[in-house]
Amino acid sequence: MSEGSRGSREATAALAVRRPWRTGNTGDAIARVVVAALGLSVLALAGLLIYELIDKSWQSITEFGLGFITSTTWDQVARKFGAAPAIYGTLVSSLIALVLAVPVSVGAAIFLSEMAPPWLRNPFSFLVEMLAALPSVVLGLWGIYILVPWVRDAVEKPLRSHLSFIPLFDGPPFGFGMLAAGLILAIMVLPIITAISRDVMLAVPNSQREAMLALGATRWEVISGAVLPYCRSGLVGAVILGLGRALGETMAVTMVIGRGYNITASLFQPASTAASTVASEFNEAAYGLYVSALVELALILLGITLLVNVLARLLVWRVARSPEVIAE
Amino acid sequence: MSGFAYRRRKTTSTLVLGFCAASALVAVGVLALILGFVLAKGISSLNVDLFTKLPRPEGEPGGGVANSMVGSLLTVGIAALIGIPAGVGAGVFLSEYAGARLGNIIRFTADVLTGVPSIVVGVFVYGMVVLKMGHFSALAAGIALAIIMLPIMARSSEEMLKLVPRSQREAALALGITRWRTILSVIIPAARRGLVTGGLLAVARAGGETAPLIFTALGNPFLSLSVAGGPIDALPLRIYRYATGPYSEQHQQAWAASFVLVMMVFAISLTARLVLTRRR
Repeated sequence: MSEGSRGSREATAALAVRRPWRTGNTGDAIARVVVAALGLSVLALAGLLIYELIDKSWQSITEFGLGFITSTTWDQVARKFGAAPAIYGTLVSSLIALVLAVPVSVGAAIFLSEMAPPWLRNPFSFLVEMLAALPSVVLGLWGIYILVPWVRDAVEKPLRSHLSFIPLFDGPPFGFGMLAAGLILAIMVLPIITAISRDVMLAVPNSQREAMLALGATRWEVISGAVLPYCRSGLVGAVILGLGRALGETMAVTMVIGRGYNITASLFQPASTAASTVASEFNEAAYGLYVSALVELALILLGITLLVNVLARLLVWRVARSPEVIAE
Repeated sequence: MSGFAYRRRKTTSTLVLGFCAASALVAVGVLALILGFVLAKGISSLNVDLFTKLPRPEGEPGGGVANSMVGSLLTVGIAALIGIPAGVGAGVFLSEYAGARLGNIIRFTADVLTGVPSIVVGVFVYGMVVLKMGHFSALAAGIALAIIMLPIMARSSEEMLKLVPRSQREAALALGITRWRTILSVIIPAARRGLVTGGLLAVARAGGETAPLIFTALGNPFLSLSVAGGPIDALPLRIYRYATGPYSEQHQQAWAASFVLVMMVFAISLTARLVLTRRR
């Protein structure tokens, strides 16, 4: 027998192992095509999404060029549009959210994975998931009538009277503004970061903890010396996924941020994010260039969130697939 | 070992663990705070009119949001009709057909798509459907929600289908059953609990979405049952409109509608959980 045919027979055998139920049936062929089309539709959707947004914002892209990102003018009457305040608002409100939410989330995750007994862990995890399931518009309603007055009277006024030499805490306390938006975003990313952090901490093998305990470590030293370093990249991934959610969150932010278009150091001033601008102005946009500029804002938002999500997924995937975790 | 250093280590440990326990309490406390207000304010303004009457002209008392509830059922229904079968199909492809490389590309893309802001999906469907049809519609809103459901559904159904033991597939095929019949009558029934859970969670997610509806459903103060005929209302959309408006009468109804929406979303999420954990 020739070398070549033996090779091809081996290849066929290998194929048969990989696809043990390959048959030549019409129903099978149709089923295969249908589910393959549905599977590939995920890819098509992603491509179409990017294409459509570029296509619809092309007028604005050609009109303003790169200046769209750096210009601070947003003037419907003069037909001049710049995204800088919206991009600034998106980044700053998300940053506030992370600063507030990350310590609490990681703390809660440590409690759930390292401290809580099982009878307490499950109900607590369930409640945290319920917080994630709250519709954004309901949080926005709560934000307008409960959170904003509280922020104005209990947070902004005292901060202003004691710390107004810091530019962040200067300016009239409106309630509606960057700080309220950051707070409501913190509430929204809290359950996400907590749930993922808890999962990656639970994936740390017990042998790691036991080794640390055997050295005479305290419970916190076990966590800081063994658990956290082991799942570091998973935690970073969790935080970045939370960031991705915060950047694109729309309704609750739109309802409490107050629709301001200035870049100011003060956190008390009304501001806007890319998502909130699109949400509140899209139906008012009366002419093509205006719509196109709003679509370009959406495109920029898509670009930022895609970047953040790709990064986060790569980090979380790496942890989830590392051999040690699978062995456990 | 000096007693001082040991005490300091113990103290640090206690303090940090105390902070962690407090953090968990904060997370749950925030939920209680929000739910408490929604319950208190919602129940006090809840009445039968909310479910049976249409919105009154602005500023006038009375009326309800029956049109929004019908609209929500219609749009989410359309979304479920498109998104769930498509998502399960994509899940079947990932678990039963796709090779390692293509499967990973699709999985990764689906994961990234779940992170795309829903408002971007709304703008996308506005361009793809609303502009092409020439008007807003329940269909456009349903498509937008279906696009949000698809990647979630694909990933969750793949995970559930993978849990079906390989031996069951082989047993069916050994009996001479074709592959597609095996999938339809052996694998999918075996995984149905998980698929139902995934579907319910996707519906709960879609039911609370507001942002993509702004440019696809638009809103409509009258009762509409038309799938493709014109603008339609939805509960989250009505809450948004009422909450940001100036009338206190509408604020009351926004709280009541929020109460209804939250109860529906929680009931669906809870059912999803029970379906999965119930023992045979």
